[in-house]
Amino acid sequence: MSITVRYFASLRDTLGRDTDQLELAAGVDTVRAVWTQLQGDTPPPASTLVARNLEYAKWDDPVSDGDEIAFFPPVSGG
Amino acid sequence: MPAHLTTATIDPWSHLAAISQSLPAGSFGANAIFVGTMRDHNLGDSVTSLYLECYPAMAQRYLDELINHAQKRWRLHEALIIHRTGTIQPGEIIVLLATWSAHREAAFEACRSMLEDLKQNAPFWKRETLADGTHRWEVTH
Repeated sequence: MSITVRYFASLRDTLGRDTDQLELAAGVDTVRAVWTQLQGDTPPPASTLVARNLEYAKWDDPVSDGDEIAFFPPVSGG
Repeated sequence: MPAHLTTATIDPWSHLAAISQSLPAGSFGANAIFVGTMRDHNLGDSVTSLYLECYPAMAQRYLDELINHAQKRWRLHEALIIHRTGTIQPGEIIVLLATWSAHREAAFEACRSMLEDLKQNAPFWKRETLADGTHRWEVTH
């Protein structure tokens, strides 16, 4: 399964990139597992939010082939 | 029921007039408007410019759904959200949010509710440039 992972704002700055294209490893089937496959033992910064296919998601939500997963800090628009 | 993201400066009155004139004359009795502008200071520091980042596709979807839900909840005749992105200067408009309804209660409540929801949830982020040239991401509303 292949997915796209996007990072925004301060999290993108911290990680040094805005996108990853990822072939999911065996057993990687949740948003949390995607983070772990990409970042290893480095936990996400506190309060990091996640979205799946342009909607807010939970860390334990499943991922599917072709998904776009996004990680980002709390928002500050308006 | 439009929502727009734009890198251009926002002229609120032209947008408001266009929508008001598109509605049948006399069909609405209230038009509530919120205009959010960039301050030149924050947390005790002078801020010389602001970079407004967003997750474009998600932000567009979020604002569209915000308007759709508000239209049903408050029976709005029309609603408008225009949110700036990119680099802006102090005094420029960050967001224009407006509602049109039969009575003022619905217009005010919908306008305030949509604004607070936007600020809490819509995927935008502000990076400030301070007077000494350093940058920082805004972490509070």
